[in-house]
Amino acid sequence: MNVRHSMAEVTKLIHKYLRHDKKFPHVWCPGCGNGILLGALIRAIDRTGYEKDDIVLVSGIGCAGRLPVYVDFNTLHTTHGRALTFATGVKLANPRLQVIVIMGDGDATAIGGNHFIHAARRNLNLTAIIVNNNIYGMTGGQYSPTTPYGALATTAVYRHIEQSFSIAELAVTAGASMVARGTVYHATMLDRLIEQAIRKRGFSVVEVISHCHTQYGRRNKLGGAVDMLRWQKENAVRVEKAAKMSEEELAGKFTIGVLVDRDLPIYTEEYRKIREAARSRMAAVK
Amino acid sequence: MSVANISGKQVLLQGNEAVVEGALAAGCTFFAGYPITPATEISEVMSVKLPAMGGTFIQMEDEIASMGAIIGASLAGAKSMTATSGPGFSLMQENLGFACVAEVPCVVVNVMRGGPSTGLPTNVAQGDVMQARWGTHGDHPIIVLAVSSTKDCFDITVKAFNLAEKYRTPVIILSDEVVAHTREKIRIPHPEEIEVVDRIRPNMPPEWYIPYEDNSRGVPPMGIFGDGYRYHVTGLIHDVRGFPTQRADEIVPFLTRIHRKISQNFFDILMVETELDEDAEILVIAYGSVARSARRAVREARKRGVRAGLVQLITLWPFPRQILEPYLKRVKAVLVPELNMGQVSREVKRINQGMTRVETLNRIDGNLITPEEILTRLLKI
Repeated sequence: MNVRHSMAEVTKLIHKYLRHDKKFPHVWCPGCGNGILLGALIRAIDRTGYEKDDIVLVSGIGCAGRLPVYVDFNTLHTTHGRALTFATGVKLANPRLQVIVIMGDGDATAIGGNHFIHAARRNLNLTAIIVNNNIYGMTGGQYSPTTPYGALATTAVYRHIEQSFSIAELAVTAGASMVARGTVYHATMLDRLIEQAIRKRGFSVVEVISHCHTQYGRRNKLGGAVDMLRWQKENAVRVEKAAKMSEEELAGKFTIGVLVDRDLPIYTEEYRKIREAARSRMAAVK
Repeated sequence: MSVANISGKQVLLQGNEAVVEGALAAGCTFFAGYPITPATEISEVMSVKLPAMGGTFIQMEDEIASMGAIIGASLAGAKSMTATSGPGFSLMQENLGFACVAEVPCVVVNVMRGGPSTGLPTNVAQGDVMQARWGTHGDHPIIVLAVSSTKDCFDITVKAFNLAEKYRTPVIILSDEVVAHTREKIRIPHPEEIEVVDRIRPNMPPEWYIPYEDNSRGVPPMGIFGDGYRYHVTGLIHDVRGFPTQRADEIVPFLTRIHRKISQNFFDILMVETELDEDAEILVIAYGSVARSARRAVREARKRGVRAGLVQLITLWPFPRQILEPYLKRVKAVLVPELNMGQVSREVKRINQGMTRVETLNRIDGNLITPEEILTRLLKI
């Protein structure tokens, strides 16, 4: 199943999709998972066959929020936490556009938490990709809603005392049509999860477990980028395998794969019916 | 709340309903909002009428989301609008700044109520004049228009959309509780009687398009998502291609241009209505619902031999300095009645520079300023 790319193919994709002549080098730290995500995203979009003009890439603020700058689509870098609201307007004004939203964990679930649950509930045909690195990276390592209990951060130097969100489970509960979790370690799987999410009709969420070795790893003595990638490898369990494991075996692990895939009424299609109802009511009044 | 076509007809409407009619006449196809008194009727009527016309109404989870959604919709080609009142308007400020910097046309209606905070939800006030100008952070230009009647609500809403499209900027309409809820008979014009302006779109080959390139108007053509002109939109200060920059030689020209596109077109944007002003010795400067009391008071004052006149401000920002200065040089005194502690009167004093006497009449108890109150003051000046 794994699609492997030769170097020539990779170069072709780079030239096709990256704004390579304008905006490189990028802002990310060496070893950051965002580069892997960017690659996965481009490969996924390439496989869906959408034209560059059909894609709108929306982001919020933060390390992940800078991603759209580098890619040659219609790109929209919004205010912190509000990416999904801008994306909602774009999608409703032109439902033919494929709208993909990139957010960080703080962006999507702290300041943007309200928009996130309501976007999931509303079920517009959007794809939300949330990079979860457990920390606010760009502002220098403050705790986020996904920072684990007991971890250290610049605003939790005495250890973090809040419980963390599971982004994917939050999305399932809020009503998203498709929810998946992947990691930047499992890069080919990430390609496929993103591809499936873009193809999915309805609101789809991909939580991407990534690492911030600069701000989170170093402070919590988790090693460098390679060590943190190894942690992802060792602790991720595919949902199919996890179903057969006991609670003790799953302690401290997290699941990857498609958590939910269901068909729910899609907002833009429901709204088309509203338009028909409104037109016939108008005709009746005349 | 009929969905029938009312163009060309005489109808009895409240201000909020006339705002909707004006927006639809101007080509609005997208509305996102969150319910708040006294602006809610705008959402309600939009939810009925927009889908019938092929547009989209959505009730968002809050005002921040509403403002984000109308920006997104505008970038995808829709003429978009939201409506709110003071507390919601405060929440919209950050995204309003985004619309200024990214040069996204859209219209925001703020039906003012008493404040601060939750304030006096069902009472009239004019306390958001400065918030409309300076609510968001940083230096940016803005266009703010004030409405005083149901007819204004229609006409000025059309103008607001036209200015937004022409200058690629958010335009704020300041209404107030009295204007919003007063029912008056107006004639809705036929579509062919209404001037509608659309944004200028790029027509060069996409590879030649420079999305934020300066030109003589200071307003670059606007590519919309999906039309083949792919570019980057951001709230960061950006270069002519839309990419973030920290270079002084790119920051200054950009910020200067977005100010210049408004300042060099002052006389296209400035709107006032005058009455009995030509030989006036005492001038009343008013806006919104207060302008209506002022008009009555000025007429009454004339009957009693006081040479009073009225300048009703429709454009509040950019502040119509060029229009007011000749009056300030000529008249013996100016009276500025308003439903706040003196937001426009302060601006009048700022530009007055000792030319004449500036008197204020302020009311902050949530009630109208009556014609009698203004008349009494006019007779004393």
